[in-house]
Amino acid sequence: MTSDTAVYLARKIGGAVVSFAVLLVIGFVIFSLIPANPLETLTRGRAVSAAQLAFLRQELGLNQPVLERFWSFAWNTLHGNLGYSWQFQTPVATLIGQRLWPTLLLTGSAMIVSLIAGLWLGVRSGWRPGSPLDRVATGVSLTFWSVPTFWLGLILLSLLAVGVGPVPALFPAGGMSTPGTPGGLAPSHILDVARHLVLPCLTLSLVIFAQYVTIMRSSVIDELGSPYLLTARAKGLRDAQVRRDHAVPNALLPTVTVIFLQLGGLVTGAITVETVFSWPGLGYLTYQALQIPDLPLLEGTFIVFSASVIVMNTLADIVYRYLDPRVRRQ
Amino acid sequence: MTAVVAGAPSRLEPVRRFGRQFATIPGGVAGLVILVAVTALALASPLFIHSSDLSVVNASGPSLSPPSWRYWLGTDQPGRSVLLLVIWGARPSLAIGVIATLCTVCIGAVIGLLAGHLGGLSGRALMAVTDWFIALPQLPLAIALAAVLGQGDASITIAIAVTSWTTTARIVRAQTLAVEARPFVERAHALGAGHRQVVLRHVLPNVAPLILVSSTLTVASAILSETTLAFLGLGNPTDVSWGAMLNQAVGQGAVTRGAWWYLLPPGVAILLVVLGFTLCGRAIEAVLNPRAVR
Repeated sequence: MTSDTAVYLARKIGGAVVSFAVLLVIGFVIFSLIPANPLETLTRGRAVSAAQLAFLRQELGLNQPVLERFWSFAWNTLHGNLGYSWQFQTPVATLIGQRLWPTLLLTGSAMIVSLIAGLWLGVRSGWRPGSPLDRVATGVSLTFWSVPTFWLGLILLSLLAVGVGPVPALFPAGGMSTPGTPGGLAPSHILDVARHLVLPCLTLSLVIFAQYVTIMRSSVIDELGSPYLLTARAKGLRDAQVRRDHAVPNALLPTVTVIFLQLGGLVTGAITVETVFSWPGLGYLTYQALQIPDLPLLEGTFIVFSASVIVMNTLADIVYRYLDPRVRRQ
Repeated sequence: MTAVVAGAPSRLEPVRRFGRQFATIPGGVAGLVILVAVTALALASPLFIHSSDLSVVNASGPSLSPPSWRYWLGTDQPGRSVLLLVIWGARPSLAIGVIATLCTVCIGAVIGLLAGHLGGLSGRALMAVTDWFIALPQLPLAIALAAVLGQGDASITIAIAVTSWTTTARIVRAQTLAVEARPFVERAHALGAGHRQVVLRHVLPNVAPLILVSSTLTVASAILSETTLAFLGLGNPTDVSWGAMLNQAVGQGAVTRGAWWYLLPPGVAILLVVLGFTLCGRAIEAVLNPRAVR
């Protein structure tokens, strides 16, 4: 590792640390300063005596100065102590730990499916802009971009899981596994989860797939007039070889940046899709917290979602350096 | 007086040229037709929809029945006409979309102009804030804000504005830098123009077309965010909007009972309006900045 790389890494990681600090400030402002009277929300619909209110105020640290409250909030968050959920009567960190894996499974599989399909279609349609395939691809991706994710999920759900008219119910309507079946790594359980995964994964994939097609298409079009493609053709390479070996690697660079920048969109999709399909992940947890509203739980999911995006963006910067020789040389 | 005006090129000439070029783009015209039709319907709806048609208590139709001659798009569970609900739902969705976009564009334009004009340390600091907001996932932030501010249209509008001004800010800053590098701005400086004069009289008019393009596209995403937040239950509970309709449809078991006539119309309406704004935005972009669109 050269000193250059070390400086680059230190800068990026330092930037991420600053981002996380700002995130803590914003989380504190939203959840601790904006709610005018958290005690009222907490004790809504119950008779509470003045002594109990005073106890709660003491318990939540509401009578301390703002700065002190912020430090104790930051200290607790950094130690994984995200508070106590009002609704589940469980530590928020435990809840998030339980719900993390389903979300990773859903977003990860959707990302792989849409990356493969989206990049393939984007390259094909960008290579011959204006061709019938390109028109269909552009129209389809524009339509999927305009559709609210949750509505697409609802339609797929009523079409394929409930069955309309002659279409039988093909997939389970919600959840992650059939209740009462043995869990663990038994093959039957894995198959069961996979069957439950199909519809939410399809919904999420269709929406992000549309974005990938658009980005890849425009990056390929940007490369079309480049002299190096002319050179490659002049060498006598076949069209498919020029595309695969010369145009695509260059067009991939801007695409990678945009894909990582849009990870926030993946989180958004996960929240709505998990809500529609009752997929027991972080998104559904956010929805459940929203119904109360369970502020400590909402705060926890907000911080986890945002922190994961910060981490992924930092990783993207680091990966990018290895992908693009020009950035390495700077 | 009139003779002088006739000799000089009309002030309306650029607008007419813009209109003529816009009319040559089929997608843009289609988008404009959709938007005009939906807006007209939304504005005219109080003429033929009464509050009794939208009230859960006074509903007289059959419960969750499929389309018929009397109810073209069927009814929901309390027996309201889905057709009337969808038409009425355009009002809050469009209103929140447009108001949130106005807020978004104002915040974005001010920050972009300042960052581009001031440059230096303050400009860099403003851009650092923008970059930071771009990286933040929008929906969790919007949910957090809306949940803390309480249910209602105002908190949804604020949540959308706070989370989506970044794109406008970046575009405006880039354009401001490009405009300020041109000689006429330097001339204005040399003639003694202050910051205010340069920004308002020279930079803003040249940045305005881009702000227009970006705001058309912002309306589309603002409407999508509005419906998502309303679907998650953050909207005004008594309002009839497209997102709230879908929320109620799920609550009333429209999915398990196969009530496609209740699920399809609000989604198709959202799709049409968002598509309309996106197509219009692209067409305006193609006219104003032909190199950016391929």
